[in-house]
Formats: sequence, structure tokens, C-alpha cells
Amino acid sequence: MGEAIVITSGKGGVGKTTTTANVGTALALQDKKVCLIDTDIGLRNLDVILGLENRIIFDIIDVIEGRCKLQAALVKDKRFDCLHLLPAAQSSDKNEVTPEGIKELIDELKPDYDYILIDCPAGIEQGYKNAVAGADKAIVVTTPEKSSVRDADRIIGLLEQEELEPPHLIINRIRKHMMDTGDMLGVDDIVSTLSVELLGVILDDEDVIRASHHGNPVAFQPDTKASICYRNISRRILGESVPLMSFDEDKGLMVKVKKLLGMK
Amino acid sequence: MTDSNLYLTMKGTNEGIIVYLDDQCAFSTLLNELKEKVQSDTVNDRTDITIHCQHRYLKDWQLDEIRKVVEEDSSLKIKSIESNVLSHQEALTWFDETTVKTFIKTIRSGQILRVDGDALIIGDVNPGATVIATGNVFVLGQLKGIAHAGSDEQANSVVVASYMNPNQIRIANKISRAPDYEVEGSEREFAYINEITGQIELDDIHNLQKIRPNLTDIVERGL
Repeated sequence: MGEAIVITSGKGGVGKTTTTANVGTALALQDKKVCLIDTDIGLRNLDVILGLENRIIFDIIDVIEGRCKLQAALVKDKRFDCLHLLPAAQSSDKNEVTPEGIKELIDELKPDYDYILIDCPAGIEQGYKNAVAGADKAIVVTTPEKSSVRDADRIIGLLEQEELEPPHLIINRIRKHMMDTGDMLGVDDIVSTLSVELLGVILDDEDVIRASHHGNPVAFQPDTKASICYRNISRRILGESVPLMSFDEDKGLMVKVKKLLGMK
Repeated sequence: MTDSNLYLTMKGTNEGIIVYLDDQCAFSTLLNELKEKVQSDTVNDRTDITIHCQHRYLKDWQLDEIRKVVEEDSSLKIKSIESNVLSHQEALTWFDETTVKTFIKTIRSGQILRVDGDALIIGDVNPGATVIATGNVFVLGQLKGIAHAGSDEQANSVVVASYMNPNQIRIANKISRAPDYEVEGSEREFAYINEITGQIELDDIHNLQKIRPNLTDIVERGL
């Protein structure tokens, strides 16, 4: 029996969809059966980031309204056999979906997958309620900016009213130098304000944008910093205890030698 | 007249005369005897008396009857009517008004916590969150949101926090907000309305005892 995890943030543009795609990819890399559900009806993106846009035939609305079987709407990933996507509809609007409809759908998927990741739309209205309805757990994504932490706080407050386990936190787009100069909230500040368990941090990395642009989630690449961050998160979801990655830049051998000699 | 004063006992104390009413006999018997007693009274100055009904619970109309009997037929004046018993409802209301309500949780952005009486929050009040209490607000954690104490015009209410860095503090009908420049919060402070300036001011928690000595005396505060 699989576990349904909703990925939400309240504020838009903090990286919910990118996180869903990459955590899903990282879990699939660990040979887990994963289904990604895009509930952002009318503004679907998850398929683009995964590079699966061209393969969509049916969508979530078609399934809910009975125009096709659930299996027919699932899009198989081009890289993994164990990663599937249930795309959102682009032409309909959010009000055509009810929380009950989504819940039914997720209950139908659960026996076939290890993890079901639900990509939640921004906001706290109907779309959010739909996305949360079938979830067992929640992951809240935030960036180290005041406005997004404020919205994350609001969302955590709302999630506490649902019958979910206490949500976990991912802090996205961390810029080490700005945290050091105090122009961004620090990881510790955010965790103490939100008082939820930290699942992981993701460094701000151009590779993420580059990878999304080519429809290839960054977590698929073995060597970028962001990819390691996502893979660590997936390992923590699987129950491993992985220490937080050090933010320090890799300064190269010469710098280390100089430091050792007291020259820097 | 037979068995006079069977159900009434009068006692003189430092606070004046107290009339104890028997709590076992019928109410009508009691009323008749009270009537006889006060009519036979010859004193003409307006003496204050206290009526004590002991373990009898009297309804409002019964209290009115007693008042009518005493004050219409004599020159006596009832200072107060006391009793050893409370109705369940009254007890609940009294309990509700006089206990500090405790919340062990983080109050998050967008949440509004409304409390009758004093509020004790064991946890943080995050930015964008609001706590509104008719009494005092105590925060055993970081106060970063909005706290409103004495929301029904109780100007002597205070806001106490172990870490004070609020968006706003409101006491009764006064509002003060954080300055526009960024500030570090301070530890263990309280906010109150300074009677001289009429403004909300912050002070170290050690001075709370001096400024609001009767803070926890709920009866004194008239809650």
C-alpha cells in the first residue's frame, strides 16, 4: 500500500512543481514505484518539467468524469518504467474537481505504487483543498524569503486542521552568501519560526533551471549540487538518516593547501 | 403569633446585621416570617442588613420577593444577599471568567485566537497571527504577531512575552506598532498603557509587579 504525499507551499513560484518532479525522479532512482499527480488544473507544468508534454492523451479531468480509465491517463516516464505521471487538464478549471473525486482516485492508485506525490497549486482555495484531500503526509516548500515563509506558516496552520501527520519542510533556493550577510533568512531561523521537521534544503543552482528547460529533472544528473540535495531528500523519505549537506563552496586543493599553511 | 424567629436568625457583626434564613423550610413560610418580622420592627433609621440564604438556592424572582418584602414594609435596606450555593451554570461562567486559558501550540500566520479572560500561549505567536483576549495575554515563547489584551476596554490589561518582537500590540482601544526600521526583539518584556502618557509602553518584566500589582487578582480587576 503506497503513501500519498502532497507537496504544497501557499505562495506561488517557490518550486513546488520542480520539487515534485525531482523528488519523484530521485525516488524512482531508488527503484520505488512512483506516481506523480498534477492537480494544478488549468495551469499544468509538471509534464513540461518532466519532458512528457507530447505524450499526454487523457488527463485527470477525463478520469474523474469517466471519459477514460485511470490506467489510460497515466503517462509513463521516458527514463524510468517505475515513474508515472497523471497530468492535469489544461482547458478545464479547478471547480470541476472535488476533494472526494481526488481522494477516490488516489485510493485507487495506492495499491499499485510505493509513493504518490501530489503537486498542489498555489493558493489556499479549492485547488489546495482538492490536492490535500487524498494525502497521508504533506511536504511544505519554502524559500528563504520572508513572504514565502509567511505563506508557509499559513499553510502549515491549515494543514494542522487536516487529518495528516505533521508536515515536513523543504527549503528551496538557498544562497549561502546571502544567508551569511543576513540578507536572507537563515535555515535555523526558518525552522524555528515554522517549528516543523526539516526534510532537506536545496541550494540555488543554475543546473535546476537548465535541466527543467530541457525537460530532464536535475535529480537525474549524478553530479550537480541540487541533484545531491534532492537525492538526499528522497533517502530521508525512505527513512534513512542523511546529514544536511555542507553549504561551503568546494574551494579546490590549492586553497586548502594555502589555508593549511596559514596563507589565507 | 407562634414560634416567632424559628426560621430567622439575626447576628450582629462588624459589617452590620446579617439575617440568616433557614434553608430547609418552605419558601412561603420563610417569606411570611420575614414579613412579620420586618413589620414588627420599630426602628426608623435606614439600617443596612445583609441577607444570607445559607444552602438554599434562590431564583431571581425569589430574590426580588425578599427585597420587596423587606424594603417596602420597613425602613431597612438590603446591602447584599449572600448564599453558600451557586447554580452549575453560574459556577461554569465564573470558572470561565477567572481561569487563565492555556494553549500549547504555535499560533500561525492567518490564525486568530480569541479568548475570554486571560490567555497563556505556550509556544510562539508567528508574524501575521493574532491573539485577542478580554484579559491579559501571556506568551511563553516568541511574540512576533499581533497581541490584543483587554479587548473589551480593559485598559489595565497587559501583554507579557518571553521574547517580544510583535507586529502590533493593542491594549483596550490603543494600538502601537513596531518601528519601520528593522529591530531585534527583546527578551522578557511586557506592554501596558501608561496612565500618564496614555500610550502603550514596554518595560522589563521585573517592573510588572510595581506597575500592575493587582494583575492576578481577578476579582479586583472586576472581570
